[in-house]
Amino acid sequence: MSAVTVFGLTAAAAVGLGLYGLITNPQPLRKLLAFNLLGSGVFLLFGIIGRRGAAAGFGNDPVPQALVITGIVVAFAATALAIALLLRLFRTAGSTTLRSDAPRMGRGADAPGG
Amino acid sequence: MSITTVFESVLAALVLGLALWTIAVRETYSATVGFVAYGLMVALIWVGLDAIDVALTEAAIGGGLGGIVLLGAAARLRDTESTAAETPNRMVRLGAAALSAAIAAALAIAILLLPDAAPTLAPAAVANAAATGLANPVTNVLMAFRGMDTALEKVVLLLAIVGVWSLASDQAWGGRPGPHHEADPNGVLAFLARLLPPVGIVIGVYILWTGADHPGGAFQGGAVLASMWLLVIMAGLADTPPASSRRLRLVLVAGPGLFFLVGLGGLCFGAAFLAYPIAHAKPLILGIETAMLLTIAATLALLLAGAPERSVPR
Amino acid sequence: MLPPAPMSATTAGGFLLVLSIVLPVAGVLLAFALGDRYVRLVAFTIMPLGLAIAAALVLALPRGGGHLVYLLGAWPPPLGVALHADGLSAVMIAATAVVIPAVAVYAAPEFRPAAAARAPAAFWMLLLAIWGALNAIFVGGDLFTLYVALELLTFATVPLVSLDGRAETLQAALRYLLFALLGSVLYLAGTALLYGLYGALDIVLLSRRADAQLGTLIAAALMTTGLLAKTALFPLHLWLPPAHAGAPAAASAILSGLVVKGSLFIVIRLWFDVMRGLPGFAAAHVLGALGATAIIFGSVVALRQERLKLLIAYSTLAQIGYLFLMFPLAFDVSGDLKRGGALAGGVLQAISHATAKAAMFMAAGSIYAGLGHDRITGLNGVARAQPLSVLTFALGGVALMGVPPSGASLAKDLLLQAAAETEQWWWTILLQAGGVLTAAYVVLVLAHALAPPDKPIALRGAVPRICDLAALVLALCSLLLGLMPWASYLPIPQGGMSNPLGIDALSKLLLPVLGGTVLAILLSPWPHPLALNAVERMIAPLRRACLGFGRLVEAVDDVLRQWPAASMSLLLVALLLGTLMFAGA
Repeated sequence: MSAVTVFGLTAAAAVGLGLYGLITNPQPLRKLLAFNLLGSGVFLLFGIIGRRGAAAGFGNDPVPQALVITGIVVAFAATALAIALLLRLFRTAGSTTLRSDAPRMGRGADAPGG
Repeated sequence: MSITTVFESVLAALVLGLALWTIAVRETYSATVGFVAYGLMVALIWVGLDAIDVALTEAAIGGGLGGIVLLGAAARLRDTESTAAETPNRMVRLGAAALSAAIAAALAIAILLLPDAAPTLAPAAVANAAATGLANPVTNVLMAFRGMDTALEKVVLLLAIVGVWSLASDQAWGGRPGPHHEADPNGVLAFLARLLPPVGIVIGVYILWTGADHPGGAFQGGAVLASMWLLVIMAGLADTPPASSRRLRLVLVAGPGLFFLVGLGGLCFGAAFLAYPIAHAKPLILGIETAMLLTIAATLALLLAGAPERSVPR
Repeated sequence: MLPPAPMSATTAGGFLLVLSIVLPVAGVLLAFALGDRYVRLVAFTIMPLGLAIAAALVLALPRGGGHLVYLLGAWPPPLGVALHADGLSAVMIAATAVVIPAVAVYAAPEFRPAAAARAPAAFWMLLLAIWGALNAIFVGGDLFTLYVALELLTFATVPLVSLDGRAETLQAALRYLLFALLGSVLYLAGTALLYGLYGALDIVLLSRRADAQLGTLIAAALMTTGLLAKTALFPLHLWLPPAHAGAPAAASAILSGLVVKGSLFIVIRLWFDVMRGLPGFAAAHVLGALGATAIIFGSVVALRQERLKLLIAYSTLAQIGYLFLMFPLAFDVSGDLKRGGALAGGVLQAISHATAKAAMFMAAGSIYAGLGHDRITGLNGVARAQPLSVLTFALGGVALMGVPPSGASLAKDLLLQAAAETEQWWWTILLQAGGVLTAAYVVLVLAHALAPPDKPIALRGAVPRICDLAALVLALCSLLLGLMPWASYLPIPQGGMSNPLGIDALSKLLLPVLGGTVLAILLSPWPHPLALNAVERMIAPLRRACLGFGRLVEAVDDVLRQWPAASMSLLLVALLLGTLMFAGA
C-alpha cells in the first residue's frame, strides 16, 4: 500500500469519525470539533489528489494546495463565528442546548420577533 | 514495507487515534486538547504529502489559532457539560455509526478508484509562472490564476468579523472586543510579550517575502503576526482597538480592497479583471500580499478576541 | 444552458458579470470602512447601480447568443477561473436585483443609521454581501468558486438570523450555521473527487469530461446532498422554520425569497449542466419524492401554526418542495435528460416564489409592527386597520396559487405539460395539490383578517406607507410575471401555453380557493371564522380525523427537526442518491 493510499484511507476515516461526532454529540462545541475533523478529512482528500498529481518538479499539484489553503481559512472563520454565537447564546440563555423544543418558538402567546 | 511507509502508517494511526479521542472522550476540554494535537499531526501529514504551504497554514491557522479559539471556548463553557437526557440512545448511536461508516466507505472507494494517470495542473502552473515572476506555484494559483477565490475569501473573513461583532450588545457595539487583560508587568507573559514580537514580526514578514518563491505567504505570515499581537494584548501591554476605530476598519478592508482595485485596474486598462501587466506583476502581487498580511493578521486576532464587550466613552 | 464547447475568450459584455459581483462587494467594503453613519447611504448608492448592471446583463445576453463568458485574469480554464452566464443566470440575477432593492426600501425606516447602531450597520452590510454572494453563485463557472460564494452567502445570512440577539434566534442561527457547514463540507468533498477524476473544476469543461463512473456518481451524490441541506429540502429543514420566523421581517423576506434559491441554483447547474443527467431518472425521483413530502408536510404544519411568521416559514418549506418536482419531470420515460419545459417551469416558480414570498413576509412584518403581535387568531379586523398590508399578503398568495397571469401559473402550466409529455401523470396530482394547499393557508389568514374585530384595534405604531408600497410592488411583480417574454432566456417549448387572460383564469382562481377553504377548515386546529355552526356539526367526524392526521404530521416533523434525526437523514439521502445513481448508470 502506498503512502498516498494510507493517507487517503486516513482522510476517509476522519470524515467518518467527524460525521459520527457531529450527529451524536449533543454539545455544540463538540459538534464544532467534529466539524473541524470532518473538514480536515476533506482537505486531506485534496492533499492526496494533489500528491497523485505530482508533476513538473513539484511533489504536489499546486492547485489543490491553494484550494485547501483557502478552505482552511474559511473553516477557521466559520469556527470563530460559531464560537462567538455559542458564547453569546450561553450568556443570554444560560445553556448551549440546540434542542429544538427547548425554547419552543411560537407556542408562547406573545413571543416577540417582528 | 519500506521505512517511509512504516513512518507514514504510524503517523496515520496516531492521527486516527487522536481523532477518535476527540470524538469519544467524555470531557470537552480534553477533547479540545486532543483536537489541537490532531491538528499538529495533520500538519505532519501535509509535510509527508509534500505540501509545505498547506502544512504551514494548517499548523498556524488550523491547529494553532483554531486550537486557541476552541480551547478558550472550552474553558469558558466548562460547566455546561450536557445532561444525560440529551445524549442520544444506543439505537441512534448505532445508526449514526453505520451511516457515517457507509459514507466513509463510499469516500474510500472513490479514493481507491481515482485514475492511475492522475490529472494535474502542475505543468500548466509552471508553464504560466513567467507571467507573474513568482516561483512559488501555490502563491501563483492564489494570487493570479484563481485570484477571484482568494479575493472573495477575504470578504468571507470580513463578514466573519461583521458577524462576530453583530453579536455584541447594543451598548458595546463599536467598543473594544474581548475582555481587558491585566498581567503582572514583571511576569513571564509580559516578558515574552516584550521579547517575542520583534522576532515574530520579522518572521511574519519573512514568511510573506519568501512566499513569492518558496513555501509561505500572506496567510501563514499573517497568522504569526496575529499571534504576536494577541500575545501583547493578553499580557496587558496593549488593548484591542475599538471596533468603531476608522484606522482599524481601514486595515481590515485593505487586503480585499487593494485586490479589487488592482483587479478593476486590469479591467479598465489591462487585459482583464485581475490580470497583471507582466512588467509589474511581481510588485503588484507583493503589494496586494502586504496589504493582505496586515488584514489577515488583524482579522485573525480580532476573530479570536470575539465580540466587542466594553464600550468606549464617546 | 451553457455552451457545448468551452469558450476560450471573454465575450463582449462579459465584464458585466465581473461588475455584478464586484459592485455589491465593494459596497460592503466601503460601508465597513466609512462606518455606521454611512452604511445605509452606501447601500442606497449601490442599489440603482446594481439594478442597472442587472438590466444591462439581461439586455446583453440575447445579443451574445445566450451566453456571456469572462475569463478572470485572462487565464483560460482549467488553470484559470471563468464566469459564465446563460438565460438561467440572467433571470435569477434580474429577480435578485428586483427583490433586494424592494426589501431595502421596506427596511429603510426600521434600520435607520445612527452613530452607534448595531443592527442597522450590520443589516446593510449583510444585505449587500448577500447580493454579491448570490450574483457570484449565478455567474460562477467554477465549482470551487461556487463553494466560496456559498460560504459567503452563509456568512452573510447567519448574523441576520440572530440580529435581535434573543436566545431563540441565537440558537436558530447556530443550528443554521452548523447544518450549513455540514452541507458545504459534503459539497467540497465532491468537488475534490471531481478534480481528482477530471483535473478541472470549470463547469463547462467538466460537462464535456464527466462520465458515469462510480467516483463521479459518489461526488454527485455528496454534492447534491450538501446543497439540499443548504436549501432546506425536507427532511433537511430543521434550521429553516426558526431561522426564517425569528429574523427581522426584512431579513426573512431575503432568506425565504432569495437565499435558499442560491444553493438550489447550484443543484440545477450540477444536474443539468455539469452532469447532464448522469445522476439518472431514479435519483431524480428521490428529489421529486422528497419535494412531494415537503409539500404535504410543509402545508399541513403551516396550517397548524399559531403565528403568522411561522406559518409563512412553513409554507416556504412546502414551496421549496414544489421546486424539486422539476427534476423528475426533466427526464423522459427512457431516462434521458430533456431540460426544456420542466427546467423553465422550475426556475420560473423559483422567481415567482422569490417575489411573492418576500412580499408576504414584508406584509407580515408590517402587521406585526402594527398590532405588536402576529397571532393568527388575533388578526380579526386587521384588514380594516392595515388594508395595504393585507392586500399585499392576499396578492402574494394569489400569485403563488398559480392564478393567471402570475409566474407561478405559467410555471405550473410548463410543469404540467412536461408531466404529460414524459408520461409521469403522478406528479400532476402534486402540481395541482400544491396550488390548493397554498390557497388553504392564504384563505385561513384572510378569513381572520377580514372578519370583524372582537374589540376595536389600537395600532401600536404606524407603518410608513412606503414600506407597504414596496411590498405591494413585489406582490404585483409576482402576479404579472407570466406576461414577461421568457422565451429568450428560458427553454420554453413552442405553443401549448394557455392564454394568460382567458376564461379559465377564473376557474384557476376559484378551484384552489374552494379547495383551500375546505382544507383550511379541516386542518387548522384553531377556532376560525370560516365554518358555520351547522356545517361544522355535519363535518365534525371528518374534521376530527383530519386534525388527528395533522397532529401526527406535526409530531413526525418535531422528531425530524431534532439534530440527530436531521443529520442522519442527511447521510441517508446521500447514500440513497448514490446507490440509485449507480444502479441507474
